[in-house]
Amino acid sequence: MEDYIVSVENATVRFNMASENIDNIKEYFVKLIQRKLMFQEFFALKDINLQIKRGEAWGIIGTNGSGKSTLLKLISGILKPYKGKVRVNGIIAPLIELGAGFDMNLTARENVFLNGTLLGHSKKYMEEHFDEIIEFAELWDFLDVPMKNYSSGMQARLGFSVATMVRPDILIVDEILAVGDYKFTKKCEQRMKEMLDGGTTLLFVSHTIEDIKEMCTHAIWIDKGIAMQQGLAEEVCNAYIAAQQ
Amino acid sequence: MNLIGRMQGFYKYKDLLVQLVSRDLKLKYRRSFLGYVWSILNPLLLMLVMTIVFSHIFRFDIANYPVYLIIGQTLYNYMNNSTTHAIYSITDNGPLLKKTYVPKYIFTLAKITSGLVDFLFSLGAMLLVMIFTGISLNFKMLYLPVIAVQLYLFCLGLGMFLAQAAVFFRDIQYIYNVVLMAWMYCTPVFYPMDVLPATLQWLVSHFNPLYIYIQQFRSIVLENQFVSMRFEGLGWLYAFIALLLGCITFFRSQDKFILYI
Repeated sequence: MEDYIVSVENATVRFNMASENIDNIKEYFVKLIQRKLMFQEFFALKDINLQIKRGEAWGIIGTNGSGKSTLLKLISGILKPYKGKVRVNGIIAPLIELGAGFDMNLTARENVFLNGTLLGHSKKYMEEHFDEIIEFAELWDFLDVPMKNYSSGMQARLGFSVATMVRPDILIVDEILAVGDYKFTKKCEQRMKEMLDGGTTLLFVSHTIEDIKEMCTHAIWIDKGIAMQQGLAEEVCNAYIAAQQ
Repeated sequence: MNLIGRMQGFYKYKDLLVQLVSRDLKLKYRRSFLGYVWSILNPLLLMLVMTIVFSHIFRFDIANYPVYLIIGQTLYNYMNNSTTHAIYSITDNGPLLKKTYVPKYIFTLAKITSGLVDFLFSLGAMLLVMIFTGISLNFKMLYLPVIAVQLYLFCLGLGMFLAQAAVFFRDIQYIYNVVLMAWMYCTPVFYPMDVLPATLQWLVSHFNPLYIYIQQFRSIVLENQFVSMRFEGLGWLYAFIALLLGCITFFRSQDKFILYI
């Protein structure tokens, strides 16, 4: 039990898929009277079991809307399971969307601190690593420019750089490397490999099966919220590709 | 999660709170000429306009009207601004809450706290008016921060309640605007208490927390005396009721936020 860094047991995630969100009082009462309030259930994940050991790299594959991102959100604590349990022993750096924590009106320098503290680090820690972060993102010339003037590639650079600087126990990566240029993408992959060698656990979503095979030791294939297959990356990827054709 | 767990969580994210508050302050006056000076200048100018209006058009028999007015106005504005911003604190940060795990109350706390910093600036304006109108400083004024703490806790509770309610019912923001308007007229900010009918006076002095805080403030500054213990206790009571209500409703519903933002 104890040596799993992430343990998901029989986790089910339920969404309310009521055709439109009820977010005003009038509608609420109308629906209440019509007894339509409780509600169109939609299970984004059903009975998922996943045990991950320290240092493993897991790829998550599946078609669009199959629940991959939901699983990542569940593990990073953003979503709570409707049923089941999720246990995580370690610091998570979620790269679910780069630049999610950036305030576009602030400068890059200010955003590094904002984003770092959002990830739960102290200001002092961020000051110590500031140079390293900017060095990796190669953004020395644009430090005091408001982020709204950044291109999406530049934002991604800074986002990746902040999130991976922190030496997390678990790195969660959700298809974010698509925006950078070739050289930076390679640099990111290089860093992810270094982190893996350093004992970080990786959870990785990608539609590029080659990337999964290259980066990951294990994989889980999710389809419509159900775990179809999990195990060694090679086998799962091959089964997935076979099913797609 | 238990209380100790929450405290540890808060300790971990305390620097985030500082960052969020400083972001609010930085962005508020960025690209304005006078910058932070506005925090002092703004209440001064408002007070000036209202003093002119109310000493020429509607006359009230109040000693040292400028000070009377600026105290009421500063406290009311703090409550008004901080809670109005707090309403949007969760919904505005929706994209962020969908992508990283952060204790959600920190955004509401940050809004109320950055309001407090603004409030402290406007105390500077209050001090200027006091000096200008010849009020001497007294030792009882050292107690004023304690009143600010009551008001802060009250606003925090109210803000948390509003923020969580606004996630589920966006109408809250419009309703609250009307409530605020009514609240202002029910609070002797620019008129003296005794223009109200007796029953209304009784209601206001017992059930309007804002009046209780304003009255504590005025009593010390204008009359150099403390309010009665009972009145003081009532202020704390309302602060804790609001805080408790805010915390309970917020923590009970926070796991559902993500489905609605």
